[in-house]
Amino acid sequence: MSSGTNVWLGTSTKQLIQSRTGYRRRKFTNRIMLTVTALFTLAALAILFWIIIYVVIKGLQYLNLDFFIHLPRPLGMPGGGVLNAIEGTIILTILASLFAVIPGILAAYYVAYNPNTPLGIAVRFGTDVLSGVPSIIIGLFCYALIVKYQGHYSALAGSIALAIIMLPTIIRTTEEMIKLVPHSLREGSLALGSPEWKTAVSVSLPAASQGIITGILLGIARASGETAPLLFTALGNDNYEVGKIIKAGLANHKGIFAILGSIVTQPVDSLPLTLWKYAQQPYPERINQSWAAALVLLIFVLSLNIFTRIWVQVRANRMQGK
Amino acid sequence: MIDNMAKQNHIIANRRPPSRWATRLRLAFHYGDRPWNALTISMAVLTILVMLAIGVLLWRESAGSRSAFGLNFLKPTTDASWNPVSGEFQAWPFIYGTLVTSLFSLVLAVPLSLGVAIFLAELCPEWLRLPLGGMFELLAAIPSVIYGLWGIFVFLPKVVDPVGRFLDTTLGNVPVLSLFFHGPIPASGASLLAAAFILSIMITPTITAITRDVFLAIPVSQREASLALGSTRWETIWKVLIPYGLSGILGAVILGLGRALGETMAVTMVVGNSIGGSLSLLRPGYTMSSIIANEFAEAVSPLHTQALIEVGLILFIITLLLNILARLLVWRVGRGNVQGARA
Repeated sequence: MSSGTNVWLGTSTKQLIQSRTGYRRRKFTNRIMLTVTALFTLAALAILFWIIIYVVIKGLQYLNLDFFIHLPRPLGMPGGGVLNAIEGTIILTILASLFAVIPGILAAYYVAYNPNTPLGIAVRFGTDVLSGVPSIIIGLFCYALIVKYQGHYSALAGSIALAIIMLPTIIRTTEEMIKLVPHSLREGSLALGSPEWKTAVSVSLPAASQGIITGILLGIARASGETAPLLFTALGNDNYEVGKIIKAGLANHKGIFAILGSIVTQPVDSLPLTLWKYAQQPYPERINQSWAAALVLLIFVLSLNIFTRIWVQVRANRMQGK
Repeated sequence: MIDNMAKQNHIIANRRPPSRWATRLRLAFHYGDRPWNALTISMAVLTILVMLAIGVLLWRESAGSRSAFGLNFLKPTTDASWNPVSGEFQAWPFIYGTLVTSLFSLVLAVPLSLGVAIFLAELCPEWLRLPLGGMFELLAAIPSVIYGLWGIFVFLPKVVDPVGRFLDTTLGNVPVLSLFFHGPIPASGASLLAAAFILSIMITPTITAITRDVFLAIPVSQREASLALGSTRWETIWKVLIPYGLSGILGAVILGLGRALGETMAVTMVVGNSIGGSLSLLRPGYTMSSIIANEFAEAVSPLHTQALIEVGLILFIITLLLNILARLLVWRVGRGNVQGARA
């Protein structure tokens, strides 16, 4: 009895509801749209792998030892490399880190413990906006600030531009990491009578140190791939070789600061800058070298990124006790 | 015992009171908190000063150009002159190129990144979310020059050229659209269209990351309520989640736009770098960032330099306003904690 009623009610009401609300159409749309989102994801991933695989294949063909140990040679001469660009990139990145890391950490410390003061809000907002300023504008800024004032292009100007680009990344990561340090640690230190600065230097910051390092590495990864801010600050220099500069300095009995000074006050090249210049030349050997440069750059940037992200994830899992 | 205490009290009472300044100095350096606070505050202020200094310096350095050309510098015209030799500069072709490439890249990137974000936040299994999200962050981490190199030698001949020809023969014959899609596309494929394509690839990770976080920040109760009323999953996403997170998504899109406007190297390598005066996407063009990248280091006269800095100033102001707007929108949804906003 009752089962019969159910069957009758079930089928007919279901049909009624389905036809009134366009159930089949809705279900169809649902399926189509969900498939489309998955396809979009696949398409975007395909582009990622297309770029990476192409650069790896092309780059491996033209990468050799000469690439790393020789200065560029005139066209037609075999065996030229981009030693100047590799050394330049290293110098620029080290200098930029020197300029960006300590101010970044201190500003982040302020923001982490004073997030809702007017200054704290302004800094958080300011760093967010600063990270959106086009990098070429930062290049123009450093040109007007340093190059024009000094009268010549230099590694110093380029590295300050890169430091400004690193700053938002460092501040934001450090801020997040300091916030993750348990309050009890800091309170314990303060309760033992140690002043705020000592608590910061010997408790809060060391506890967050691994996270801060990942932030710095991410900043380095971002800065080392930048070209636009270096175009008219570091400019490029085909004859830059740190070893030669040091030798010449020692031969002339210069002091260590004078040698360091001459390293940072001349124009330098960097890998992305060289890549850009070579890619626009009509000579196959230059273009081949730019593929090799692209590979080196890609490996450096991506491995830094992957390494830091996995590190952060492992740490986060450990903190949650997984 | 009592004697002893009295003696101590006597000593304390009779100690010479230290001067006010000495006390302050001793407190400051003994405890170190004031210098420490001063240091952290001054570094915090420094980051804001950098922002201000960028604006002030660009404004000051472009003074000559601003007084020489006034508003004529920005006037929309089809026969703009950019002549370093005779010293006549008008920025309209670059402004047009920047705007049209960025907006067209949004047309492609917004549906794409919305789809990816929906997939990442709503559909894909939990264990897949993290690695997939990580891969999109890698897409954002690839340096701009590498996009440019790949663009010149792979993307232009394989994708842009055929698509450009196709658009030329189809949309190129439609009355109004033909203004934007009439060919012929140059043999190399370098055109505004190519720049727009590359930009759309480059800004997709930015928009995706923030949109995904916006979706993840929406309370589960919203989804449950919608599903309980009989909606399908897609209806839940389209009619409940997207309206709920709209301001955050809008913020993400504007951030993407800001990134597209300022993107330099990849665009410079594929845009063709010519001041043609054509409105068409299929023709080579120029953008604000690429004219600065190409000409600044070799500027021939002070006026040329100043004109380029003024182009930079315009770009700075546009991206600044867009960024402020976008951050306000994103902050409103995530209460200042949207992680993806760091992209």
